[in-house]
Amino acid sequence: MAKYRRNAHAVAALVREAEVHRDVYVDPEIFELEMEHLFPNSWIYVGHASQLSKPGDFITANIGRQPVLASRHSDGSIHVFYNRCPHKGVKIASEPCGNTGKFFRCPYHAWSFKTDGSLLAIPLKKGYEGTGFGDTQANEGLSKVRNVVVYRDFIFARLNDSGLSFKDYFGESLSTIDNMVDRSPDGKLAVMATPIRYMHTCNWKMLVENQTDTCHPMVAHESSAGTAVKVWKREQGEATEAPMAVQLYAPFMSPYEFYEQSGIRIWPNGHGHTGVNNSIHSNYAGIPGYLDQMVAAYGEKRALEILGEVRHNTVYFPNIMVKGAVQILRNFIPIAVDRTLVESWVYRLVGAPDKLYERALMYNRFINAPTSIVGHDDLEMYERAQEGLTTNGNQWVNLQRLYEAGEQPDATAVINGTSERQMRNQFHAWVKFMTMDMDQHVEAAE
Amino acid sequence: MISEKTITDFIYREAELLDTMQWQGWLDLFHPEGRYWMPLEWQQQDPVLQPSLMYEDLLLLKVRVERLAGERTFSQKPKSRCHHLLQAPQIVACDATAGVFKARTSYIYTETRGDALERYSGWVSHDLVQVGDDLKIKLKRVDLVNFDAPFGNIQLFM
Repeated sequence: MAKYRRNAHAVAALVREAEVHRDVYVDPEIFELEMEHLFPNSWIYVGHASQLSKPGDFITANIGRQPVLASRHSDGSIHVFYNRCPHKGVKIASEPCGNTGKFFRCPYHAWSFKTDGSLLAIPLKKGYEGTGFGDTQANEGLSKVRNVVVYRDFIFARLNDSGLSFKDYFGESLSTIDNMVDRSPDGKLAVMATPIRYMHTCNWKMLVENQTDTCHPMVAHESSAGTAVKVWKREQGEATEAPMAVQLYAPFMSPYEFYEQSGIRIWPNGHGHTGVNNSIHSNYAGIPGYLDQMVAAYGEKRALEILGEVRHNTVYFPNIMVKGAVQILRNFIPIAVDRTLVESWVYRLVGAPDKLYERALMYNRFINAPTSIVGHDDLEMYERAQEGLTTNGNQWVNLQRLYEAGEQPDATAVINGTSERQMRNQFHAWVKFMTMDMDQHVEAAE
Repeated sequence: MISEKTITDFIYREAELLDTMQWQGWLDLFHPEGRYWMPLEWQQQDPVLQPSLMYEDLLLLKVRVERLAGERTFSQKPKSRCHHLLQAPQIVACDATAGVFKARTSYIYTETRGDALERYSGWVSHDLVQVGDDLKIKLKRVDLVNFDAPFGNIQLFM
């Protein structure tokens, strides 16, 4: 029996000031409602414009569970469509990326569409004359996702027609994407590599919360990062300069005090980031030639300002995380209430030395791969939580760390880096975007 | 004298060490400059500027092995086990004068933990060098047939 459908009040009651009910992670009905409300009401990452460099280039993606298709049209514009033929529903593109030439052609009955989605041709078109076909949705071609914004080459889409504008939704949080792009001497990023894909048998929100959970690395990752530091010290001694690999692992073992003072910044609509004052990415060795390139491109003052911003993880609500300092974006794609596909993308800083790209790729396989020991540590915790949360003894998850009575929702603030306030911020946004169109659906149903 | 049989025996021995979890014995098979590589792209050429699942030197492999036995390695409670089913290795090069010994072996690999069991298949390429009377691994390359699929945890070695 439906407990939450058409019941915004019941959904909102799952989130208390500093606790959330376990149903947000384990209840299949809540997951269905997330797909119907939360994801369509939010701005979702689709892909990067560098994946669509030429006319006819396309990529496929999912918004929530709905397959979409993005293409570069002959006039240079980028379009996002629902990935289905208007005829019988067959997916137009089945590969992650490719080039379709001048038009898309459905493989079933050869209906064809221009790369802006408009209907180009149907075989035996005569058979539709006088049938009223001109008034159908099919005649319009591929159904368009109307709300699409390409921000500094990052393609975002919102499925629902009403909702917050892109600017109102993301606000100042876009500064992390800005910083990542600015780290290229040419002011440009490029996707050159296939993402690392990693299947997680847990709810997608556990992954998102973990991005700003600064009280777990020194505990959960003692086995991986802690062992890496220990073995390196034993084998090579502290006298030698840490190899790139150890430079990437070691900061995970930083003490609580490090994270406390590094700070967390929260923004409205569930966005926020760790590493305000410094971060685990602060002390990597310099890459020869890079600073000179940056100074030449931006001037010394601006170059140092860009490189001095070493934010750790930025959560863009609901389901991506951006790491500007190592040029990684993780996309937490919901598959089922207890199943999440994580795709971790690396961007190349156009014009920057190879070594920076090498480091970003290394970080990605160390931390985000199914073969990553850090990943093994985390997934074990998520799986245990997914199972543990089915117990009835206590049905609430506690997010109380550094909670202060009367916390303002949708605030911009910099706080202690071990606070769980960003998680509370996310759940405030979760209620907002879950319920914002539920009442309309009630009216429609009545 | 390294013969084709020496190479084949080496590869079977390596699989046996992994299947019986004799991790130190397995690490001892590597040359100090040896690498373990799992590419992420079809017929990948570059382990460093193209994305890989793993590209690790002996130090990083030691970290993995030590981690498996760690008191606080919770993803190994319970422990994983593995099984290698190998086709007869195909000798690609066996040239003692040039010091080049290469083989390619088709495999099915099983990794299990608790009640879960996952199966993978692909090809492993061994680049071996002679050190004294023994062969050592210069490069072990593991190409999964479905390298681009989303896997869960792969905690041991193919």
